[in-house]
Amino acid sequence: MDVMPKWADVILIPLISILLAAMLSAMVILAIGENPWDALVLMVQGSLGSTYGWGYTLYYATNFIFTGLAVAIAFHARMFNIGGEGQALLGGLGVALVCLYIPWPHWTLALVGAAVGAALFGAAWAAIPAFLQAKRGSHIVITTIMFNFIAAALLNYMLIGTLKVQGSMEPASARFPEATHLPSFQDMFSFGETALFRGAPANVTFFVAIAACIGLWALIWRTRLGYEIRSFGHSESAAKYAGISPTKIIMVSMLISGALAGMMAINNVQGEAERLVLNAVEGAGFIGIAVALMGRSHPFGVFLAALLFGFLYQGGAELALWTSIPRELIIVIQALVILFTGALDNMVRMPLERLFLAMRRA
Amino acid sequence: MTDQAPAIELKGISKAFGPVQANKDISIRVMPGTIHGIIGENGAGKSTLMSILYGFYKADAGEIYISGRKTAIPDSQAAIAAGIGMVFQHFKLVENFTVLENVVLGAEDSAMLRPSLARARRELKNLAEEYELNVDPDAIIQDVGVGMQQRVEILKALYRKADILILDEPTGVLTPAEADHLFRILENLRREGKTIILITHKLREIMEITDTVSVMRRGEMTATVKTADTNPAELAELMVGRKVLLRVDKAPAQIGRKILEVQDLKVTDDKGVHRLKGISFDVHAGEILGIAGVAGNGQSELLEVLGGYEKATGKVLVNGEEIDLTGAKSDGQSRRKRGIAHVPEDRQREGLIMDFHAWENTGFGYHHADHYQRSRLFMDNAALKRDTEEKMARFDVRPPDPNLEAKSFSGGNQQKIVLAREIERNPDLLLVGQPTRGVDIGAIEFIHQQIVALRDQGKAILLVSVELEEILSLSDRIAVMFDGKIMGERMPQETDEKELGLLMAGITTEPRGPLHEAVEANLATAGGDARKEV
Repeated sequence: MDVMPKWADVILIPLISILLAAMLSAMVILAIGENPWDALVLMVQGSLGSTYGWGYTLYYATNFIFTGLAVAIAFHARMFNIGGEGQALLGGLGVALVCLYIPWPHWTLALVGAAVGAALFGAAWAAIPAFLQAKRGSHIVITTIMFNFIAAALLNYMLIGTLKVQGSMEPASARFPEATHLPSFQDMFSFGETALFRGAPANVTFFVAIAACIGLWALIWRTRLGYEIRSFGHSESAAKYAGISPTKIIMVSMLISGALAGMMAINNVQGEAERLVLNAVEGAGFIGIAVALMGRSHPFGVFLAALLFGFLYQGGAELALWTSIPRELIIVIQALVILFTGALDNMVRMPLERLFLAMRRA
Repeated sequence: MTDQAPAIELKGISKAFGPVQANKDISIRVMPGTIHGIIGENGAGKSTLMSILYGFYKADAGEIYISGRKTAIPDSQAAIAAGIGMVFQHFKLVENFTVLENVVLGAEDSAMLRPSLARARRELKNLAEEYELNVDPDAIIQDVGVGMQQRVEILKALYRKADILILDEPTGVLTPAEADHLFRILENLRREGKTIILITHKLREIMEITDTVSVMRRGEMTATVKTADTNPAELAELMVGRKVLLRVDKAPAQIGRKILEVQDLKVTDDKGVHRLKGISFDVHAGEILGIAGVAGNGQSELLEVLGGYEKATGKVLVNGEEIDLTGAKSDGQSRRKRGIAHVPEDRQREGLIMDFHAWENTGFGYHHADHYQRSRLFMDNAALKRDTEEKMARFDVRPPDPNLEAKSFSGGNQQKIVLAREIERNPDLLLVGQPTRGVDIGAIEFIHQQIVALRDQGKAILLVSVELEEILSLSDRIAVMFDGKIMGERMPQETDEKELGLLMAGITTEPRGPLHEAVEANLATAGGDARKEV
């Protein structure tokens, strides 16, 4: 017997959590002598008030959708993949190699090629921790986080060596050829004189991310593989009884997870930077954990949570630009949202459940 | 006696969990120096009531009187202070502590341990003499048998000066001989003026030892009667609310060809402990082979090997063809393809996924079956739901709603969902583990009928149960397991609980000395061995 109706569980609790986080953030802003209401208005205007703002918000959201989905699918198999950061870095390497060394005739083909490259590299990076977990019982949390460091070191090595442009002082790859450049929102939504999304980095990858949400939803709830993954995630002993191989499920779910994290690189490496630079992921792999927690590992929830974090990222950047609120404080606000939606779920849930019980009895 | 204040009196206790009313206006008087039985089906509210008495839950309404004085019991500390001791179904002992350390734990006199331990050692000696509660104070808990662990729990309560002892399903894990020993201890305690509340679902125990019995049904106390004035049939009727068949009606078995042949099956676990030490038996079409034994003597491993998720050496033939016991392809799927269906011992951990809807559980293990697929990639959820609805109707699952999660069904209905899934695949061999564990009496009758009906269709059935009554009434042949071996086979009509009980304790011939001592000696070694698993 569920204590609360579904809508309260899915919508009301995250909403109250966000409100609580916002209130606490407001107090922090008040404490450093700024007006929280003005700050909120600035954040909303900066991230949602113009197509330019939206262009940034959706760009960040695209990153978070991929890393959020990556964490979500692993969660369904009760695997905690916190290696999204490293897998996305490796995905970037895959994209760079595909774009630099294969002569693509058109961006559509390049997109497909880069997606495959990103997915393969990301999956390969997740495969090693997955194998160690499945066969040796090495804890996936430990191994994936260590692989983040290895990935960063590997990328550094590649960018000051093999991939660096000859004679350049910058640790970055060469620019990708013109034919691999993805259409940005500005290219797609400009009609004559009125150019929307001018200068914003959002690009066609956003639609790939939406497709990934739908695809993953179908995988989890409509296919036999998804059924087996969920079975394993809910009860390993029952999965064994049913003849579902734990090794297979751990490997497959982590490969999908790594592939999704890797595919983030289509957005930031191919779509935005159009070359591979140092630290291209910028923490999006870790944000993915918060996004998946808040989205309750449901692709649609991940989509909404990614939008929220996109808003926080872009709004936060605007705050840092126009007010005396330091950039670090933005991270505090983001951390508060993560704390309330992810870690303190029960703090909101339990009083709410009691409330619903009282209402039902009355 | 009559003008004496009751040891415990509960007045109008009510407790609700959300929309579920677990206890409804319950009043009960337990007289001092008596054994008071509380009987009822699973979910009738017995455990909730005792949890309120022991301070785990707070009652929504009602009052508790201890020896005539109104007492508030906000937590278990207060319960202990009021002289109440509780022996839980699942023991709360520190496995790697000694008996003595467990007894003292939480009741130390001072920061220094030595004086407390010395005092406890003296106290234990007195208690042992007084009540036949003999334990070795220096034995490590994980090395001693279940019977002794239970005695340690009782000693813990007595050491804390408990006058009122509550025992929750105390015989679930004991052999018949151990249960007899426990009952003798309880009688000794009663003689010394202690008050005992015995919670059980076994009618036989109620009849054997209690002075008064209260029956609970759906959160209400339906009757309190003197045990001498009632009988099992009447109690069963009070529990369920209708007449129940306590015996299984079945025709003589029509034994057919050999379906399952097991030869020299051996299992060694990760720690190198031999779980199965070379067992051999067969099961024929149209036959129920019952495996009796105390939990933890290799029955679970036997089911797991046959069900495909435990590796073993030896030979297993199904319909005359050998099955692979070790290879990579040896899993639950390969077994199902060979016509083996399996109702596992623990339906909540293995048979069902509690968070899945009933319809998702209906396909569990058979999710590769053609009629559940829409295409190569996608499953046909609609077909699963239709199938679940039909199965629920045939097996009388209540409520018949495929969209409910497995955890929201009662134990009996959960078991029916598993049984429906496995039986309706029309297997050649059905493995059944503890088919009625945690299942209410009404559903037990139905489940037994289904198993017998499958036998009468000419299927082979391997039944594992720790309930001797169930083994005796269902089986066409009985094998007794002890310490990973089969101690012997008996025909149900030619044996009784006493003989099976001895076999379950590893004794093949009548011992000469006092019976229980021999059993104890055996259990101290073998029982310890069997408990090293965790």
